[in-house]
Amino acid sequence: MNKDSKSNILIIDQLTAGFGKSEIVKKISMQVTEKEITALIGPSGCGKSTFLRCLNRLHEETPDAWVHGKVNLNNKNIYEKGTDPVFVRSQIGMVFQKPNPFPSMSIYDNVAAGLTIRGIKKKTYIAEAVERSLIQAALWTEVKDKLKSAGTSLSGGQQQRLCIARALAISPPVILMDEPTSALDPISTAKIEELLHQLKKEVTIVIVTHNMQQAARVSDQTAFFLLGELIEMDSTKKFFTNPKDPRSENYITGRFG
Amino acid sequence: MSEFIHAKSIKNNEVRFSDALFYNFLRLITVLIIILFASVFVFLYRSSEPLFLEQGWSFFKETTWSPTTDTYGVLAFVYGTLVSSFIALLFAVPVSMGSALFLTQLCPRFLVSPIRSIIELLAAIPSVVYGLWGIFVLAPFIKNYVQPVLSGLTPGLPFFQGPPFGLGLFTAGLILAIMIIPTITTISIEIFQAVPKLYKEGAKALGATDWEAIKIAVIKPGMAGVLAAITLGLGRAMGETMAVTMVIGNRADISSSLFSPAATMASVIANEYAEAGSNLHSASLTAVGFTLLLISMLVNFGARYIIKKFRGPI
Repeated sequence: MNKDSKSNILIIDQLTAGFGKSEIVKKISMQVTEKEITALIGPSGCGKSTFLRCLNRLHEETPDAWVHGKVNLNNKNIYEKGTDPVFVRSQIGMVFQKPNPFPSMSIYDNVAAGLTIRGIKKKTYIAEAVERSLIQAALWTEVKDKLKSAGTSLSGGQQQRLCIARALAISPPVILMDEPTSALDPISTAKIEELLHQLKKEVTIVIVTHNMQQAARVSDQTAFFLLGELIEMDSTKKFFTNPKDPRSENYITGRFG
Repeated sequence: MSEFIHAKSIKNNEVRFSDALFYNFLRLITVLIIILFASVFVFLYRSSEPLFLEQGWSFFKETTWSPTTDTYGVLAFVYGTLVSSFIALLFAVPVSMGSALFLTQLCPRFLVSPIRSIIELLAAIPSVVYGLWGIFVLAPFIKNYVQPVLSGLTPGLPFFQGPPFGLGLFTAGLILAIMIIPTITTISIEIFQAVPKLYKEGAKALGATDWEAIKIAVIKPGMAGVLAAITLGLGRAMGETMAVTMVIGNRADISSSLFSPAATMASVIANEYAEAGSNLHSASLTAVGFTLLLISMLVNFGARYIIKKFRGPI
């Protein structure tokens, strides 16, 4: 279908990762299609979050963490020797489980943070980027009159959309989301899911979720993880209606997890 | 069923009674602290009153301190206290911040607690021992190396000129710096550790380098707390007596040189109280104590105001 017209922006090849002696992610290979939403689902402790954190090299920030394998972003391995993780993270943004706007920073400064880090000083450029990102994150109308107030003064759902705007501001081609709605109420969750539909016109999203219904609602592709392995990956429709692996079927029918 | 409710309500009453006892006990203790503070304040004022009656308020404007002629002015000591404490902060703040950041952000984990206990050990050294070390090690070093070099480098500046005694404001400031480093460092460590890791990860995920992430997601959120730590250190520096008295040279004088002998409010009280002859002399010494209390309060309120401005949600 139209999947063929899109290219694979991320190609993950035999990725293995863990901490110290424990292996959390086991030889995972998968492809992430450009401008689609790929959902990673599975029971707690299945390695989906660790896997996600390998995709922007954030995993290695934890003490004792290690990674093997390749992650190709636009055909360039982000784990190649000499590749700066700082550069990788400017190409692959991330939104976390708990909203984490920088405390002691205003709404405006939070969104601008990625730009100022990059040394961009031009005020008009920053102002444009902030407005664009807040509009993209569907937060602009709610905050445009109080851009100078603290980012942490917003509600949880607004804070999470602020974090999405912050990630969008540096225009990364890929954004990773680690259970972005698990700390939010149903209405804020619905808003963010709606937002994801809008966002995928412009960015590729890889989202980890605990919530199978969410995966079914928002994603184009679904990957099912179990005990550090990728059990099955397919288009979301096929995965939920006709899973190939019995373990996937058990999981989506609620027999475990 | 009714029995059950009955039993429960009795139990509730019991809890309420013990709670009341507990609350009142806490209330009593808190009130005691306030009374204690007020009584110190009143005592200091009342014992210095003879001086104010005799001299009026000139005590706060006068720089001369001369018990032989019964002229008493506090300004030279205020100068000594403020400048020595400022020198202490100048050295202690960067060192403390640096080591707190290193220990919480960069240091390999197995090294953190040994290094931390060494820093905390600095606080366990009695101040008289610091004073001795100041007299026998630091003062000669400053006299023979630091002052000659500094005054040679800055021929026009008055701050580093004058005869090299070794004992003076600068030496006192350095000793104070060493004494307040453990205070500022350990509190800053607690503060930096309390900043949630998710902010730093958020900064990293935006493409921040280590330094930028620490700046945005550790130092900035922790700034209010660090300022509070610095205030505590400053309070300790302003009130420290023994070590300062031993190394400051004890001369009631405002000199343009940081290396000349001086005296602080605390050091003059410690030096002269035992042999205060006249009634007026001892009244002036309590007046110095009163001034020290006022200035400490002022610094504390000022610091609180600044901290409030910096306070984030943490």
